[in-house]
Amino acid sequence: MINQSLKNLSQLLASKTVSSVEMTQTFLDRIRQYNPDINAYITVDEDKSLAQAKAADASIAAGTATALTGIPLAQKDIFCANGWKTTCGSKMLANFIAPYDAHVITQFNNVGAVNLGKTNMDEFAMGSSNETSYFGGVKNPWDLTRVPGGSSGGSAAAVAARLCAAATGTDTGGSIRQPASLCGFTGLKPTYGLVSRYGMIAFASSLDQAGPMAKSAEDCALMMNVMAGFDARDSTSLNHPKEDYTAQLNQPLAGLKVGLPKEYFAEGLDGDVAKVIEAAIAEYKKLGAEFVDISLPNANLSIPVYYVLAPAEASSNLSRYDGVRYGHRAAEYDDLMEMYMKSRAEGFGEEVKRRILIGTYVLSAGYYDAYYLKAQKIRHLIAEDFKAAFKQCDIIMGPTVPSTAFKTGEKTGDPIAMYLQDIYTIATNLAGLPGMSVPAGFSHDLPVGLQIIGNYFDEARMLNVAHAYQQVTDWHTAMPKGIA
Amino acid sequence: MALDNSDIKRIAHLARIEISDAEADKTLTKLAGILTLIEQMQAVDTTGITPMSHSQDVVQRLRDDVVTATNQRETFQANASAVAGGLYLVPKVIE
Repeated sequence: MINQSLKNLSQLLASKTVSSVEMTQTFLDRIRQYNPDINAYITVDEDKSLAQAKAADASIAAGTATALTGIPLAQKDIFCANGWKTTCGSKMLANFIAPYDAHVITQFNNVGAVNLGKTNMDEFAMGSSNETSYFGGVKNPWDLTRVPGGSSGGSAAAVAARLCAAATGTDTGGSIRQPASLCGFTGLKPTYGLVSRYGMIAFASSLDQAGPMAKSAEDCALMMNVMAGFDARDSTSLNHPKEDYTAQLNQPLAGLKVGLPKEYFAEGLDGDVAKVIEAAIAEYKKLGAEFVDISLPNANLSIPVYYVLAPAEASSNLSRYDGVRYGHRAAEYDDLMEMYMKSRAEGFGEEVKRRILIGTYVLSAGYYDAYYLKAQKIRHLIAEDFKAAFKQCDIIMGPTVPSTAFKTGEKTGDPIAMYLQDIYTIATNLAGLPGMSVPAGFSHDLPVGLQIIGNYFDEARMLNVAHAYQQVTDWHTAMPKGIA
Repeated sequence: MALDNSDIKRIAHLARIEISDAEADKTLTKLAGILTLIEQMQAVDTTGITPMSHSQDVVQRLRDDVVTATNQRETFQANASAVAGGLYLVPKVIE
């Protein structure tokens, strides 16, 4: 059951072969068995999950079930879920019980999906290895000595180790796609504004976007049908018509024009990863896709631009943690200023503090034009590069990450080496474009992801492109050894 | 611009994060590398380029000025470390 598609799981429920309570219990048992080693979940509440499963079974019996009714899902601990501890991976929110539901959570509740628990993540989504979590790192199910990627590392490990049927993540600079690549599954970051940010704890508001993390493109499409949609409570939510993301899955790919950006195949890309990507390209040629060389000349500026914009927005967003209304408050202080300074010094981890300081610096008096405004201008140039590229092609492909999963601790002392994990993913966040990572093979027994970038609102076509590949390859069905 | 230890302490104060001298030293080294990385932007000519904050051409929506939320003071205050009589308690700020 654990390796079944969402469609098959739904059929098992509809035919009453398995109840949602039984299915949920199966995953809860697996979490009990594997979570002590993998640390994918921060919070599990079996009673809450089983109560939802029971309600789902009633809905199935009453004939009111839809595609994801009764399906057990993992939710990244960045989404507020009413009555659930919602920590964002931080000591600051270690005891925060969310008093309301995020839009994404409401959407899944409305269709009767089951929340299996809240997954581990880099603190406030700042990291690419899940090592900055206050609740400890997450292990990569493919090799427990390696990281799962981040920031959605808990959701990634949960999908890879089959500790959920599918999961949610968020992606500010690559936090869905990089862990999808490192843990060997399918992850989609939608067009910015397609999924509401309401109740999703803010990191960098102009870049944050939620999306599905699942075993296949088809599963991601079913998740997108629930997650996407206009929400007036998010000021940047887009009023885009509701789509059925499964509708185009089986379109033939003949004549599809795929662009290969030369900057994504340049120095820095691991040779074995490059071979895997080349093999995927060869497979797409067999499916009838045509390839053209393209260029994203400003792509090399993505990381500098990102490390101005994201910390600047983070320093502003995280100023809300003052120890007054919620969050950690220091035990001892003499006055209000000291209370703020100590509470924040104690509540935030090293990487979060570092980014707040960078953000505060670039926004401080006299520097705004030289940093934040300059970065927003170059961001425009990066978006223009993609606009020009999409005149030559329908889809862009390349590697998701320059290498495979690295050893725990390998990059913790060197922030810049860590930041380079996102070198191929950040540009799409800056441009607001949708991006995916799809399993494309292995290098030394570690998964490699193929990145698929689409034009704005082209998620259905991207899912079609990924689905076609998954009909002729079986990389996406591979499971880590030792996980049965 | 090269930063020194006192800049780090000033920025930390602006960000309301207490920082020791030893931490400021450590932070300085790490921040210097990141700021060097960021400096790459300065080589780009951005004359006449408009800054971008949202990829789509959208404007802020307006809504009617009507009450949409209900009073949930007790629920929200359950997460605060010090409350009394419906108020948040902080150290005395006004003499």
